[in-house]
Amino acid sequence: MQVTEKKHAQEAHDDHGHGHELAHHFVSVEQQHDAGNLGMWMFLTTEVLFFGGLFAAYTIYRYKFEKVFEQASNILDPMLGAINTIVLIFSSVTMAFAVRSAQQGKSKAIVAWLGATIVFGALFLGIKYGEWKHDAHLHVFPTSDFNWTWAREKHAEGEHGHGHDSHGPELKGFVFNSPVVPANYIESDSRNPEAKQAKLFFFLYFSMTSLHALHMIIGFGVMAVIMVYAWYGYYTPHYYVPVESVGLYWHFVDLVWIFLFPLLYLLGAHLGAGH
Amino acid sequence: MSLHPPAKAWTYWANFLALCVLTVVTWLTARMDLGALSTPVALGIAVIKAALVVLFFMHVWESTPLTKLVIGMSLFMLTVLLTFLFTDYATRNYDVLPSDHAAAVSGKH
Amino acid sequence: MSTIITSAPALAPASKEPGQGGGVDYLNHETSIASWLLTLDHKRIGILYLVAMSAMFVLGGFYAGLIRAELITPKGDLMSSDFYNKSFTAHGVIMVFFVLIPLVPASLGNFMLPLMIGAKDVAFPRLNLISWYVYMIGAGFTLVALIGGGVDTGWTFYTPLSTTYLNSNVLLTATGLFILGFSSILTGLNFIVTIHRMRCPGMDWFRMPLFVWALYATSVIQLLGTPVIAITLALVGVERLLGVGIFDPRLGGDPILYQHLFWFYSHPAVYIMILPPLGVTNELISTFSRKPIFGYSMMAGASLAIAIFSFIVWAHHMFTSGLSPYAAMFFSLLTFSVAIPSGIKVFTWLATLFRGSISFDSPMLYAYGFIGLFTIGGMTGLFLSTLGTDIHFHDTYFVVAHFHYVMVGGAIVGFMGGLHFIWPKMFGRMYPEFLARMSAILIFVGFNLTFFPQFLVGYLGMPRRYHEYPNEFQVLNVFSTAGATVLGVGYLLPLLYLPWSVFFGEKAGRNPWGATTLDWTHTESPPTPHNFEETPVVTGEPYKYDTLFNKESALAGH
Ligand SMILES: [Cu+2]
Repeated sequence: MQVTEKKHAQEAHDDHGHGHELAHHFVSVEQQHDAGNLGMWMFLTTEVLFFGGLFAAYTIYRYKFEKVFEQASNILDPMLGAINTIVLIFSSVTMAFAVRSAQQGKSKAIVAWLGATIVFGALFLGIKYGEWKHDAHLHVFPTSDFNWTWAREKHAEGEHGHGHDSHGPELKGFVFNSPVVPANYIESDSRNPEAKQAKLFFFLYFSMTSLHALHMIIGFGVMAVIMVYAWYGYYTPHYYVPVESVGLYWHFVDLVWIFLFPLLYLLGAHLGAGH
Repeated sequence: MSLHPPAKAWTYWANFLALCVLTVVTWLTARMDLGALSTPVALGIAVIKAALVVLFFMHVWESTPLTKLVIGMSLFMLTVLLTFLFTDYATRNYDVLPSDHAAAVSGKH
Repeated sequence: MSTIITSAPALAPASKEPGQGGGVDYLNHETSIASWLLTLDHKRIGILYLVAMSAMFVLGGFYAGLIRAELITPKGDLMSSDFYNKSFTAHGVIMVFFVLIPLVPASLGNFMLPLMIGAKDVAFPRLNLISWYVYMIGAGFTLVALIGGGVDTGWTFYTPLSTTYLNSNVLLTATGLFILGFSSILTGLNFIVTIHRMRCPGMDWFRMPLFVWALYATSVIQLLGTPVIAITLALVGVERLLGVGIFDPRLGGDPILYQHLFWFYSHPAVYIMILPPLGVTNELISTFSRKPIFGYSMMAGASLAIAIFSFIVWAHHMFTSGLSPYAAMFFSLLTFSVAIPSGIKVFTWLATLFRGSISFDSPMLYAYGFIGLFTIGGMTGLFLSTLGTDIHFHDTYFVVAHFHYVMVGGAIVGFMGGLHFIWPKMFGRMYPEFLARMSAILIFVGFNLTFFPQFLVGYLGMPRRYHEYPNEFQVLNVFSTAGATVLGVGYLLPLLYLPWSVFFGEKAGRNPWGATTLDWTHTESPPTPHNFEETPVVTGEPYKYDTLFNKESALAGH
């Protein structure tokens, strides 16, 4: 193996000047690039179907529980969703420029653009964290902590008074130190079948957004590694598949959000429009 | 000397602008009560936005037919999943308590 | 394909004599354990998979033995009903997810694909190795749960049973299968990219061996189906952890949605299991009847058609589950469409055999068995896709017999044929032909004796998944257990003589079968580490036979 590999590495060296640019089992840098590119698209195909399972569940339950899903969606803040959409799209722009820099062979520019992408991605997650914290106070986490009666009541109060801090007694609850729901609210939920339906909405909301967030965090990790390599000039106009691939991945994450935004945030936006 | 010539920078900024405009448009239309049209409108705008991202950020505009086939295949399969699933739910009288008829159904049990 | 530099001769009879003992091949150029566990060579990874899956097969077979032993008598006297439930679950999970789904692609496919298309390796060798480790990790999780605690849901994990009434072993199994799914996805991804981007010069799409087409179609299913089961199992896990009722009717959810998502993957998964054996059977039938496959392009197209059709028929598993009657009609009708490409395959094989110079070497014996058993399995599937008869047959032994005819009679027998065919290429040695033929015959006889009575007993109404049954079913069950014993012996023989032959078998030479595809004509047996010393250039069809092939002279190395 050693002998043969050396031979092939030698060939690559002669042709292009950088040993790492061409793995031994490829014939040309074009073949290698096209293989990597196709592989990434194939991976994204599986991602489409991976999220597709959740979108299928969403479609069915939304069809079955249309009214409650709209009311539940109304609890979310479409303004924050819209801001986050634009933040994430902006991070896609910076990512596009990172790939462009790789095509031009500008190593330091790759690092800078990827850094910007991480910053705006983190801003997105920061806003998301704020939303989730608010959601915890409304008791819409789909656990035993969930309370639909409380959520609707506090949401209606919030619409008028904006008093996020005046949510009843300051007791430690399930997450984010949210207040504990009084027993009569739990009693009221148990008699209301809509509570279960709303809980399903929030289950879908949290699983879809957290799966999306998980993808972003994985993206941060990959980008960090690529930044280190790029800093040392590892990528050239002949070999930038990793940069291009993380770019495709990041745009895919953006795509998912483009659909999550109307499906989750805008579904009930018309209900709250008058306030 | 690159494998692929880089795109013009202004296309990315123009794309960004278009996506921002569409985001605002979809938000505004969602605040209006369009009734049965609201979901098609929201999803229609989302599809346009997605197409812009795919075509220009992901360079599918200038990519090989194979890449387009791969995308088409995944979208086709997603459509099959959603629509064929729906043939069941749309044609079945599902009885898990649609809230308006909760009383009637609970009377049955 | 983009530019390919070539410096190789046109397809011609191999210029060099096969290495006589002293040559460097992929087996002997490095021999440490680390060199195997860290290998990036597709051939070695194929063997790693083969070893792992054989171990899983033995384990799954052990549970099958327990089940058959229990069913000798009508009373549940050998084991408790609980342990019986855990046994058939373990049998199902191990055989379906850890044996049948990766069986042919990961072992024979990994080994043969690059050889068949003239490539030095798969497109992503590192991913290939990772996929094996992912398989092992998934197997570890699942085995701990299945053996350590036991899961009694059946391999389908239907909700709300799997989410409400059970211990946390379900969670562990689901985790294992979730992880395992990525192994399958990585293999599929690797194969598709390899077939698109790594073919040697002149290897057009319609010059590829049909096994490659089958692997391609399989990979498409793996890529598009597996993520759906992954997210579904994740939802089951989350439902158990958080107590949300996404599939629990008491909490507003819909258990049938689980079945939809499960079968969206698990019906196509049947084709992940059966397409590669269908493909490898093409190679056998063509080689051993000394004729090109009749209707090559129809055969290639049928593989793709099966892959696509497999995604639009899944709800035929749910006719009695509360599916809308309209949807049931729709899916029943669509299910019949799968019979068309399957029928095309069977008829093209028969047409290939017709007036061929057919032989009875052991791989070909398996192929004959495969055609018959696959046909019976497929035809009985039509009984089950018909709405009226399915009401009668659902959840009886008829279903058990049907899918064993497809999965064991089809997939395992096809795999055995492929393995016996490829073995001389893998290790450069021949196995004892007499024992191999014995094993092929024992498997065929034992298999039919085991599962044909189950058609009858199922037709009479014996339900599956019970450890007791009424007295009148005993005769057929005793037949079945007796057949399983014969079948067990049939499987045991290759487990003994194949490893033996690696060390003591007769030297095989480059092309003992006189096959005409690149893997046989242009590589040594066993191949060198990088398969081809010079990149081959293909100039014609994959199957070009001269009828006067002499096996003895081929074995002698000419
Ligand atoms: Cu099926």
